[in-house]
Amino acid sequence: MTPEEKRSLQLTAVRIREGILAGTHGAKAGHPGGSLSAADVFTYLYFKEMRINPQNPRWENRDRFVLSKGHTAPGLYAALAHRGFFPVDTLPTLRHIGSFLQGHPNMNTVPGVDMSTGSLGQGLSAAAGMAKGAKFLGKEVNVYALLGDGELAEGQIWEATMFAAHYSLDNLCIIVDVNGLQIDGRTRDVMNTEPLNEKFAAFGCRVTETGGHDFDALESAFAAFHKNHGSGAPTVILMKTVKGKGVSYMEDNAAWHGKAPNDEEFAQGMAELAEARKALEV
Amino acid sequence: MAEVKKVATRDSYGNALKELGASARNLVVLDADLAGATKTAIFQKAFPDRHFNCGIAEANMVDVAAGLAAMGLVPFASTFAMFAAGRAYEQIRNTIGYPHLNVKIGATHGGISVGEDGASHQCCEDFALMRAIPGMTVMCPADDVEARQMVTAAYEMEGPVYMRFGRAATPVFHDENYRFEAGRGEILQDGTDVAIIATGIMVPEAIEAGKILAGEGISARVVNMATIKPLDEPLVLKAAQECGRIVTVEEHSIIGGLGEAICSLLAENYPVPAKRIGVNDVFGHSGPAPALLEQFGLCADNIVQQVKALLEK
Repeated sequence: MTPEEKRSLQLTAVRIREGILAGTHGAKAGHPGGSLSAADVFTYLYFKEMRINPQNPRWENRDRFVLSKGHTAPGLYAALAHRGFFPVDTLPTLRHIGSFLQGHPNMNTVPGVDMSTGSLGQGLSAAAGMAKGAKFLGKEVNVYALLGDGELAEGQIWEATMFAAHYSLDNLCIIVDVNGLQIDGRTRDVMNTEPLNEKFAAFGCRVTETGGHDFDALESAFAAFHKNHGSGAPTVILMKTVKGKGVSYMEDNAAWHGKAPNDEEFAQGMAELAEARKALEV
Repeated sequence: MAEVKKVATRDSYGNALKELGASARNLVVLDADLAGATKTAIFQKAFPDRHFNCGIAEANMVDVAAGLAAMGLVPFASTFAMFAAGRAYEQIRNTIGYPHLNVKIGATHGGISVGEDGASHQCCEDFALMRAIPGMTVMCPADDVEARQMVTAAYEMEGPVYMRFGRAATPVFHDENYRFEAGRGEILQDGTDVAIIATGIMVPEAIEAGKILAGEGISARVVNMATIKPLDEPLVLKAAQECGRIVTVEEHSIIGGLGEAICSLLAENYPVPAKRIGVNDVFGHSGPAPALLEQFGLCADNIVQQVKALLEK
């Protein structure tokens, strides 16, 4: 990745973070913490990795993305809006009555959303079905699923992982946003899901660990996914992140899992992001 | 009279999938380690590359089906009614129903006629659960002829469909000229004193009851209501107006099934005395299917009794 390309992705990630704050502030509700921890991978997926066409959101040979941790819709919506699927200025209508931006992703109202999600543990199964369908149809389609580390306590995740390995879905990329926090506290205290690397490996996946806020690291991780094509093994990217990343008072704080910033907090967060943006725009 | 031909509608399901699969190349079948029992093994044998066994993991199976549907395929996901409508309820509700994906759920072993396996496997709540999901079509065939046509109808319609098939072999009373139409009830015998509206394997019992009643001078209209949702409301209301008494019969709890759908419709539009025959808010238990059906009053004799009791009211 050239320094220029990296700077451009970093700038986009800041804009997506601004969109997350704009959405949750406008909604007076929603989930900023896990949206911010995934903001960089949303950026990487929608601006570098995936074959998509914002002018034709339902293009049948597009890569698919399933937000299994559906509550972080504000991050996905901000990425889709900045990628051109719909106007950025609609983001503050998140969760409003009549808005197409439902609290959790709705594939029938939001251009670019490939699967309706929200109930944890189900998105990966749907993604595995898409990957199986793509293989069955002989399509060169990659399917990406983004999971939370707290979500891994859902037993269905492991059913789906078994299915993906059994059917050799090497076109499936399972990304886990390991921010270590969930609503009730630290994941290791609420329900320890570690050791993740060993678990996914034992289920037949090829596991890559990476930093989730470093575009060079993300590039290497997704390169490993592409290299795994033909191996018959699904790829798992364990992405170490900071919940609330980019907004100082939200960072690594479970309280910001599902709470919207008030006017003052919003202003402070936007000022911090504006500063980050200016530093990159120089 | 010649011996009545009997076929379990789960066999009809497997045979219909195989027959349809020859021309419907986008039809795929999923099962959860019950292919021999649900009869999807019949399809599997003919089209092994289009049959995906998901192992004993029903929640994953129905959501995998959602993903396949999102890719443009038409998946039929199969397991016992208990594990489809029951165990995977929320998966069906959120990942098939809410996005209105084109998934067909072929649930076999519905009701207490599952028999010897007992209450853990006798699902009498599936109509209630599936009816409650917006946009879900809920159907239950009365015999082999109807079951096979229902599979084709489900394939041809866009959107989620739940179909319940039976384990036990039951009489085939339709001839091959019968044409099943989703959403439409079928009047099998006309009558004016009472309407008996039945679904699934209770339909042959209702026909039998109609004959017994006729012998006693009671004119019963016998209706096969294979589509539980959307309900054929005009047919039910006309029956209420013309017969004045309604008896519903289903191998399902009296809570939330065909009977309750019909009684709600009547209460809001044309109240007439009605009686729901079904499983009376109890669990089933082990035993041979015919003995269980009789014990639970899911038989012609009890229908006759209940009709008479209702007419005396």
